[in-house]
Amino acid sequence: MNHLLSTADLKLDDALLVLDTADRMARVADAPVRKLPTLRGRTVVNLFFEDSTRTRTSFEVAAKRLSADVINFSARGSSVSKGESLKDTAQTLEAMGADAVVCRHPASGAPHRLASWVRGSVVNAGDGTHEHPTQALLDAFTIRRRLGRLDGLAVTIVGDVLHSRVARSNVWLLTTLGARVTVVAPPTLLPLGISGWPVEVSYDLESVLPKSDVVMMLRVQRERMSAAFFPTEREYSRRYGLDADRAALMPEHALVMHPGPMVRGMEIASSVADSPRSTVVEQVANGVSVRMAVLYLLLGGSGAERESS
Amino acid sequence: MTSVIVVRGVRPLGGDARDLVIADGTIAAVAPAGGGERTGVVAEAAAGSADGTRPAPLVVDATGLVALPGLVDLHTHLREPGREDAETVDSGTRAAALGGYTTVFAMANTDPVADTAGVVEQVWRLGQDAGHCDVRPVGAVTRGLAGERLAELGAMASSAAAVRMFSDDGHCVSDALLMRRALEYVKAFDGVIAQHAEEPRLTAGAQMNEGAMAARLGLPGWPAVAEEAIIARDALLTGHVGSRLHICHVSTAGSVELIRWAKAKGWRVTAEVTPHHLLLTEELVASYDPVYKVNPPLRTEADTEALRAGLADGTIDCVATDHAPHASEDKETEWAAARPGMLGLETALSIVIQTMVETGRLDWAGVADRMALAPARIGAVADMPRDPASFAQVGVPATLTLLDPEARRVIDPLAVASRSSNTPYGGRTLPGAIRATFLRGRPTVLDGKII
Amino acid sequence: MASAAQGDPARNTTGRTGRTARPRDELRAGTADVSSTPTGSEGLTGSEGLGITRTVLSAADMNRVVSRMAHQVLEKTSGGDGVVLLGIPTRGVPLAERLARRVAAVEGVTLPVGSLDPTMYRDDLRLRGVRPLEVTEIPDCGVDGMVVVLVDDVLYSGRTVRAALDALSAYGRPRAVQLAVLVDRGHRELPIRADYVGKNMPTSRRESVAVRLREVDGADAVLIVSSDAP
Repeated sequence: MNHLLSTADLKLDDALLVLDTADRMARVADAPVRKLPTLRGRTVVNLFFEDSTRTRTSFEVAAKRLSADVINFSARGSSVSKGESLKDTAQTLEAMGADAVVCRHPASGAPHRLASWVRGSVVNAGDGTHEHPTQALLDAFTIRRRLGRLDGLAVTIVGDVLHSRVARSNVWLLTTLGARVTVVAPPTLLPLGISGWPVEVSYDLESVLPKSDVVMMLRVQRERMSAAFFPTEREYSRRYGLDADRAALMPEHALVMHPGPMVRGMEIASSVADSPRSTVVEQVANGVSVRMAVLYLLLGGSGAERESS
Repeated sequence: MTSVIVVRGVRPLGGDARDLVIADGTIAAVAPAGGGERTGVVAEAAAGSADGTRPAPLVVDATGLVALPGLVDLHTHLREPGREDAETVDSGTRAAALGGYTTVFAMANTDPVADTAGVVEQVWRLGQDAGHCDVRPVGAVTRGLAGERLAELGAMASSAAAVRMFSDDGHCVSDALLMRRALEYVKAFDGVIAQHAEEPRLTAGAQMNEGAMAARLGLPGWPAVAEEAIIARDALLTGHVGSRLHICHVSTAGSVELIRWAKAKGWRVTAEVTPHHLLLTEELVASYDPVYKVNPPLRTEADTEALRAGLADGTIDCVATDHAPHASEDKETEWAAARPGMLGLETALSIVIQTMVETGRLDWAGVADRMALAPARIGAVADMPRDPASFAQVGVPATLTLLDPEARRVIDPLAVASRSSNTPYGGRTLPGAIRATFLRGRPTVLDGKII
Repeated sequence: MASAAQGDPARNTTGRTGRTARPRDELRAGTADVSSTPTGSEGLTGSEGLGITRTVLSAADMNRVVSRMAHQVLEKTSGGDGVVLLGIPTRGVPLAERLARRVAAVEGVTLPVGSLDPTMYRDDLRLRGVRPLEVTEIPDCGVDGMVVVLVDDVLYSGRTVRAALDALSAYGRPRAVQLAVLVDRGHRELPIRADYVGKNMPTSRRESVAVRLREVDGADAVLIVSSDAP
């Protein structure tokens, strides 16, 4: 693995290796001394073109636990010529000797471009409406920890699939790991080309819930209303929100997940978000373990593959 | 006095080898292969050179080469005035001549926009000065391409540039009433409106063809219906007001069907397809390399197939390059920030050979029609013969290009004549190479190099 | 990772010097047939086509050796008082369990057994591709104030043990740390020695030592593979 750009091209063996490695990392979190010398002397740059304290902090904690040097490079605000600044920034990072660049960018594919401009490893920390691979890996990790497996599980993803990088990464990864994925959304919030995805599509949340081992709620941005994706917040919530009554339709063991930040009352009721079946809090802790695993697998060896390719 | 030129052993439209003798800008004699130097014109010139009154005849060995009429491109972005860092009239027309072109239509989306007689005359004169091929400016339909008020179409038509084609290319004339008025207005001087068919509301923020690839790549989709809806509307308007409509860069199978329908109605609708839409498909976008970003976007395999069929049966009248040079800072970016467009002039004929000739869909006469005669008719280019065969007959202007159909060349983006390097064919091996181009008897390219 | 990885303990993994086994790697010698005849093997794995394999400890030998080590541990720790056995994965872990079983059989004492993966503390991570991590499982008693006996199959350069000592410190402060190895093959690169040695086995750097365990490889044996064909 040279880069982690998407889960669409992540093979089963690699995906399992990340999850298994994350398991080991999670145990380190239980040790009295949580810091490992593994990546001493390596430099990880957090290159964030969008605000995301949550994701950036998670990567930062992960890198620091592995003793890497962390540079936070906030490139937000250069809105006029983002294109120029991305390549210029890449050259700056090269000069700094970044071993890994963790990149969050509003444009789909920006980390792909970055990977062609820098020698170090690029980790996609969310690009536009394309992918967010470490979020999907931590979701898969969380499911496996709670339910013991992924193979054969029925996972339902609900909400703004069209604009969701989390949904895309989860669809590919969970399918690779053997889960059956169903997406539920108003038709306006599904991509027209979804027929090419390995998913079932439903417009009826209540019929899908009883058959779901995992229900993953996506954030719905209120500004979508103005673009006529759905009429009103209330109508959306009535048809696609996960309230207590709907949650009661789920099997007893079933999990409720949310990548955060949540819009309580819109896509998810507080009572559901805070219920024992909710994994929202452990998703955060697991995020650190998974990101440690990714950084270790990218930077923990000689990188001989990278030099030769 | 220019020298007499003997083009020896060339095969017009791939037919039998001939010697063409060019004098005073026209084809002065046609002889069987090897006989050109024995014609009276050459003998006279040779005698004149012996006593120093005339230059010696120039012999061009064209054995094995195919002669085609000089190619005509209805859709070129020369970027001058305004973005001379990306292309100039001089550099763009060099690229054109090297690609076998003798006339290019320069699109209006310059800075300032070509929406007045002054700007179109400036572009026209720059073309005359460069001398590599004829430059026919396209006038803007609306002032500043803003889609609000008509530009001075009549003034541009009666200017020295004699504009006949008008287009807001890059933008769609989306207002139906404005489009109707434009179509009506240009009837006065037999003008044609070249429409960039793109319903703007359906393509807000669009980045690539809408479909499975866009869904996977997380890029906002540019649906085929946004093109097709405008074509349908404008075909109806054209039929209604009895004017001439030309559809730029047709990119979808549905568009081909609509144009076929409009033509069957007897309406005067013509259409062009770009080389890249004949060959390339949306799968290339998976690299997120903006060298593949273009508007309209690369479509699917089924679309390229329909476009090839439409070009073969004449539903699509011609090939036009939509040559769109961009400076590297506008391409070496993330996908969304990059400007759309690809180079095309130097590779267009090769792509047509690969997609249409090698597949048996067009013969050389067909290529001559789709790349020279038909666009000349649509753009009202004078001096173009009515049928493909007559371009190499005695008495017609010697405006032609010589192609080595057996040549194979690897495209190096950094070795193109254009000032920009945004060719999507970098590293590909393409068939065919232009060896010489003549504009009214004057060589603009010899031995594959600009004169 | 399943192959008999090779490599000079201190240098890179290419070329002739790469033919000798790295101490940690020979633990992962794979599961190819174990021949008890000195010349009967085709080599350990596909990557070791030219090797000559020699069995130096049979299954019966190994049983005797582990029994003796169990006695030594009991003797040196006054009956196993406060002792925790931590195996270094992969093959150190079943060895630690065997030691514990022998101790239990001899003295009726149950020693806590765990595992300690030193990978993330290694000083040579950059010398080759990424190593998969193994399990670390510290017994509930913890390590504070205990006598920790690290158990590994082969002692070679000492770098694995050094990393294990660092790893151990993340989990607490033992009263003492001891080292038990099935085979000591020499060629130390660090000032480390074992407290309990099953068998001292002088080797050439061009040879590799492969410990096979029933739990991992399906059979017990210790083999020496010389990498140069005669």
